[in-house]
Amino acid sequence: MNYRAIRAIYLFEMARTWRTLLQSIVSPVVSTSLYFVVFGAAIGSRITEVEGVSYGTFIVPGLVMLSVLTQSIANASFGIYFPKFVGTIYEILSAPVSYIEIVIGYVGAAATKSIILGVIIMATAALFVPLHILHPVWMLTFLVLTAVTFSLFGFIIGIWADGFEKLQMIPMLVVTPLTFLGGSFYSVDMLPPAWRTITLLNPVVYLISGFRWSFYEIADVSVGLSLGMTIGFLAICMVLVWWIFRTGYRLKN
Amino acid sequence: MAVVRVIRTCGSEIVDVSRAGENKCAAKASFARNRFAIPIAEQVIRSYLSVPTLPRLDPADAPLRRGQIPFNTAMLAPPPIISVSHLSKIYGSGFKALNNINLDIRRGEIFALLGPNGAGKTTLISIICGIANLSEGSVTVGGHDIVRDYRAARSLIGLVPQELHTDSFETVWATVSFSRGLFGKPKNPAHIEKVLKDLSLWDKKDSKIITLSGGMKRRVMIAKALSHEPQILFLDEPTAGVDVELRKGMWDVVRTLQASGVTIILTTHYIQEAEEMADRIGVINKGEIILVEDKAGLMQKLGKKHLKLYLQGKVDALPASLAAYNLELSDDGRAVIYDYDTKGERTGITSLLSDLRNAGIHISDLDTTQSSLEDIFVSLVKAP
Repeated sequence: MNYRAIRAIYLFEMARTWRTLLQSIVSPVVSTSLYFVVFGAAIGSRITEVEGVSYGTFIVPGLVMLSVLTQSIANASFGIYFPKFVGTIYEILSAPVSYIEIVIGYVGAAATKSIILGVIIMATAALFVPLHILHPVWMLTFLVLTAVTFSLFGFIIGIWADGFEKLQMIPMLVVTPLTFLGGSFYSVDMLPPAWRTITLLNPVVYLISGFRWSFYEIADVSVGLSLGMTIGFLAICMVLVWWIFRTGYRLKN
Repeated sequence: MAVVRVIRTCGSEIVDVSRAGENKCAAKASFARNRFAIPIAEQVIRSYLSVPTLPRLDPADAPLRRGQIPFNTAMLAPPPIISVSHLSKIYGSGFKALNNINLDIRRGEIFALLGPNGAGKTTLISIICGIANLSEGSVTVGGHDIVRDYRAARSLIGLVPQELHTDSFETVWATVSFSRGLFGKPKNPAHIEKVLKDLSLWDKKDSKIITLSGGMKRRVMIAKALSHEPQILFLDEPTAGVDVELRKGMWDVVRTLQASGVTIILTTHYIQEAEEMADRIGVINKGEIILVEDKAGLMQKLGKKHLKLYLQGKVDALPASLAAYNLELSDDGRAVIYDYDTKGERTGITSLLSDLRNAGIHISDLDTTQSSLEDIFVSLVKAP
């Protein structure tokens, strides 16, 4: 294992975060705060408690997940797409590094950023609403698993994309709608029965449900199922990444 | 030789145990100085020769004493540092970019790969460095297969690609240090400092790359390639778009690197560059290696000479008796030019001079010039 290479890629990517602190950390925090103002204060004040917790408190895990999902994809996809775009990928490909080391470097950095962001958003939320975490270890487990899984997914998008438009397409057209419809702002039980069934086809429901359970022991689906779905998606992403490097798809001629 | 130096360093010495007319020797260890010397010396020799075991001399060959490692010096001719064997590259579209390339690069040489645009130079380099996959054949670098043993192979190589691919917002120091880490080497600020100073980049170490000129960016890329102390340096069109002064500066850098033992493979469009720098020259065209030759040998083998004869008076037309020489009359009618082949059994100069005198044309002066490498190159790639 070329640990120095992993470290070099990881630190290089993290350096980019600190260099672009405003867009990496500050802007997601500002947008999350706006969600609290609009959904938590303006609309939430008209909604009574959801399954025993206030609406503002209820949406915290969903908002954290919303940011973690989108930022994991954005960080990882941009992290690998940019060297492809400017051509510096040549150095990664010609270095004595295995694909596992490359993935650990890029995905590790993207996931770290997302986790830091998730923690900052939780701290921001605590300023607006009372926050209780009943199962902190499970909360961290779901947070890390989701960050890693969606960073891997972003890494795949970054390799697949051959233009900035494609880089934005999946997050904009698929991930954001799935997250909004995945129970970030409501409980699945609040939906009519037919929509409830359809919603269960959305993988994000399982992530948010498991994450919310770790906070309040409120879940739309069982925790085991949530964990299983997250690990299942992680496994699919890992297989895809393995295939990409085995074939050199969009990396090597 | 490097191997001799290493063996001496580890407390052994090369001793000649040859009999008359034979070229064999042995490494003798001095137990008094270092009791590990024998196995280390043997390991060094095996590693250097890339052989699993050393061939033993016949005991009758020499009076070997206890503590000597006999081996055949004929094998000390260093193996090629890069060996390309039957390499082909076929793209998905069916286009064959490289066709059955066989090429050995010698340790420590400067090898220039010449070829017109699209000949396959960059494809060949990309495959050796791991950027592109090969379709057929094999490549070894330092004895390591580039596919099966890619880590060992790639760690020997530094690559400076043709295009200026840089991280615009990083500092020079950070990007060069990153390259060293990527190749698995521990931090060594002193080495990075030396590389940057050698390339006249030290005063720019804290500057962001985006603020540098094109020539400086090119040097940053060379610094990145040298950051992990490679044994082989690929320079793909290193002086493309670089002014004359900087180009000569780069040639100095390349010569210094060669002197430190680095093998250099450069592709170039500038024939002058190959002529100036290279020990050997390979010409590639349409995905095939047309020739590989020592530069001097190539010039001598393929070079034509031009004989220019200055006439005492003006000549309007050359007589028919001289038609066989294909002479070219200068515009002012005061000189004739004769091309001849130095390889030929007869150059025809003597008979030409005689026939000129018979035709009443008298000569006041003469000079000869050799074809440049550019002339040779153009004639090669234009050959059917």
